[in-house]
Amino acid sequence: MTTPHIQLKLFAALSPFSPENSDRVPIMPGISVKEMLEQLHIPTVKAHLIFINGIKRSLETRLSGGERVGIFPPVAGG
Amino acid sequence: MKNTLAHRLDTLALNTALADGTHCRAIEAAEVIRLADEAGVTGRTVELAALRHHILPDRYLRNMKTLSEADQIRLLESTICIVGLGGLGGTVTETLARMGIGRFCLVDGDVFEAHNLNRQLLSGVDRIGMPKVDAAVMHVKRINPGIEVVAASAFLTPENADTLVGSCDLVVDCLDNIHSRFTLEAAAKRAIIPMVSAAVAGISGHVTTIFPEDNGLEAIYGPEDQLKTTKGAETRLGCLAPGVNLIASLECAEVLKVLLKNDKTLKNKLLVVDLADYTVETLQLS
Repeated sequence: MTTPHIQLKLFAALSPFSPENSDRVPIMPGISVKEMLEQLHIPTVKAHLIFINGIKRSLETRLSGGERVGIFPPVAGG
Repeated sequence: MKNTLAHRLDTLALNTALADGTHCRAIEAAEVIRLADEAGVTGRTVELAALRHHILPDRYLRNMKTLSEADQIRLLESTICIVGLGGLGGTVTETLARMGIGRFCLVDGDVFEAHNLNRQLLSGVDRIGMPKVDAAVMHVKRINPGIEVVAASAFLTPENADTLVGSCDLVVDCLDNIHSRFTLEAAAKRAIIPMVSAAVAGISGHVTTIFPEDNGLEAIYGPEDQLKTTKGAETRLGCLAPGVNLIASLECAEVLKVLLKNDKTLKNKLLVVDLADYTVETLQLS
């Protein structure tokens, strides 16, 4: 049995925090986005916009494995 | 009758062809300017009269047939407000002037500085210290002197926002900070007009369109009252020309869709782009 995993895409200033295995990050089923980020030492205070499978979700949303998770910090330049 | 604008247009129209060989009648840009001077009207008025008589101003030949004559008329009849004339706003102003938007309200209280030169289309070494709005008006008039322009060399505030936005059909958010974006959104909602909004950091960014009934910026940034000290990622990453120009072009595509009543807009959606790995994705905000 394989470990559940997710695909993690970090945008803009969060990008340097991307784990090497960002296309296949192992997770514990039921873990929240916030807990997952903390485990990866990604600053949750900058995680303003959370998308799971292309739909806006929150830090509290729980993951089961197989999701595409995208995270944006606030961006306001022009 | 002989001297009416319609008659003059009919006399001056040339037989020509679109790129695919389709026959059409066209009026040269220089003749539009001359007729406008003769009749004491703006070039925009002449272009509208020409299009209504199925005479195409030659500057729009290559807009056909992706745009129709009716589309071109609708763009010429539109008034848009562009707030922020830096990286996003410079390219948005240029692109929409070339596309054929008839009336602009251009707003920015800033002047050009050397650190704008990396990306801002309207800037130049000879324009350091020049008000951005002056450069924008000059640029629009150079592209098409017939475009009607109202300019405000002022920063957007809650006090002036309603006046600046109120008479427009659509507002384009090309600002560079979160707080002003919320000020603009509130004014657009009070004016009951759509706002196309974009933001950039480094070589990534996002675009959306907010209609008066939408959650809008709060869905992207969170509640405004919790953002007092929040700074965007661009304070660390800067803003690079490829990212700015791409996101500005996406804003322009969105402006055209909204004005032309295309239903495939970014309402309640966020188009995100990251040139670092060429991610392009449209996300559902609600």
